[in-house]
Amino acid sequence: MSMNDRDRPGDFDERRQRELRPKDAARDILPKSVTPIVPADSIAGRALVVVIAIMTFLGSLTLGAVVLVRASALEWQSAVAQEVTIQVRPVEGRDIEAEVKKATDLAVATPGVSGVRPYSPVESARLLEPWLGTGLSLNDLPVPRLIVVRMASDGAPDFAALGKALATQVSGARLDDHRGWIERMRTMARTAVIVGLGLLVLVVSAMMLSVMFATRSAMASNRPIIEVLHFVGAKHGFIAGQFQRHFLLLGLRGGAIGGAAAMLLFLIAGFVGDWFTGTAGEDQISALFGSFAIGAEGYAAIIGLIVLIGVVTAGASRLTVYRTLDSID
Amino acid sequence: MVRFENVGLRYGLGPEVLRDLSFRVEPHSFQFLTGPSGAGKTSLLRLLYLSMRPTRGLVTLFGHDLATLSQDALATLRRRIGIVFQDFRLLDHMTTYENVALPLRVLGKDEASYRHEVIELLRWVGLGERMLALPPVLSGGEKQRAAIARAVIAQPQLLLADEPTGNVDPELARRLLRLFMELNKSGTSVVIATHDIALMDLIDARRLVLHEGRLHVYE
Repeated sequence: MSMNDRDRPGDFDERRQRELRPKDAARDILPKSVTPIVPADSIAGRALVVVIAIMTFLGSLTLGAVVLVRASALEWQSAVAQEVTIQVRPVEGRDIEAEVKKATDLAVATPGVSGVRPYSPVESARLLEPWLGTGLSLNDLPVPRLIVVRMASDGAPDFAALGKALATQVSGARLDDHRGWIERMRTMARTAVIVGLGLLVLVVSAMMLSVMFATRSAMASNRPIIEVLHFVGAKHGFIAGQFQRHFLLLGLRGGAIGGAAAMLLFLIAGFVGDWFTGTAGEDQISALFGSFAIGAEGYAAIIGLIVLIGVVTAGASRLTVYRTLDSID
Repeated sequence: MVRFENVGLRYGLGPEVLRDLSFRVEPHSFQFLTGPSGAGKTSLLRLLYLSMRPTRGLVTLFGHDLATLSQDALATLRRRIGIVFQDFRLLDHMTTYENVALPLRVLGKDEASYRHEVIELLRWVGLGERMLALPPVLSGGEKQRAAIARAVIAQPQLLLADEPTGNVDPELARRLLRLFMELNKSGTSVVIATHDIALMDLIDARRLVLHEGRLHVYE
């Protein structure tokens, strides 16, 4: 061995002892919290949060729209399906009031009917006002009279029997159960919901894929950390756990930002809708979309989407860690 | 501790970069691994720190045949090996203290339980005043010492160092060698990969010389 005296290993012990004398001084300067193994904030991480926020916002809008269309379609259907109409046409030689009375009695006697309301001549005239204007005497016109029959919510009236009874016992009476209209409504609503769901599947798939790719890109900058952890003896589960936790939080943060923005938008749309209450525009909009309120169901679905995004982000990071570890070994 | 028998290694379908390697690393031993550039030093080190499996032959480490071990078992074995990389591989977002403590942290130990031990070691390697510094502001020599401290903090049975003096001046190289000898005296087997002849001439130690993929041992 050709080292000089100054370098003798024994010197190390002395120096070590000397340096250790102010033993606890350094402890006080150590920060109380430990730095996370995966850096908490990075450019790639911030970019990932932005991507996730945008994708969650778009996904939530689509989800909300589907919930809205589905609810509106159900509302149209049920509103139309809860009523049937009896039409009594004037027949020469017959007293129309008596015929209306007979038809009303038959309807009232039908089980499952919750209410019957014959329209008076004045009400019937008012229904025609938009077409014929005011000030006209309708007594000379053969205007049919309408009787609205409402069904009980749990009732299933035998409309076939009622229709038959009306045809045989009341002159000029016809039962309109809106079946054709309801069928068309049902088909339209079903189509709207299916199209909406299809769009939702596409948007959510695109969202998942872009989140997965963005996560993998963000992970690329973390390869040195994975390598170091691997070589200091960390087990694969430990390394994957560190990244999974970090990316779950990133995913949830991005998802919460995007989801909250979408929820806010639906809330604002609801308030704006309420503002225009009573106007012609509001009538049209509410006829098509209801009240713009996506309800608890819609908000729960958006929260579910946020959680799903977090899980996908965490899963993608875990998968990338295992792939990286496989490539190291 | 380490036993290689007729070990061969090739990358993909290429030629063998290591051929018929048979040697042992005994407990408490000290050796240099040397040879010209491209002779296969890094490949042999990678086999030693379990980053690769040989394409043929038998490698046993601490009595375990590497071919039969699971990933988790390999990770457990890796904890008994300290590695000093040529490029240090310190984590830039962590302080020197946290980098050195990392092997204990991955073992799941509580920070309070190892704080004193890490501070003591940092002072020992002359980094007592640089504990809170981040690696990007450390000098080459300081990074090297931090990397060595990280490699030995968990008291490994085997220490592998890849060109540990490659980036430092001769004075610091001698101090680092002295550090490795201290560790060896405390019971750690040391393998230093280097082609620094002057460094090897400083002490009388076993030399494993790689040449064109074959190993020659000089006791």
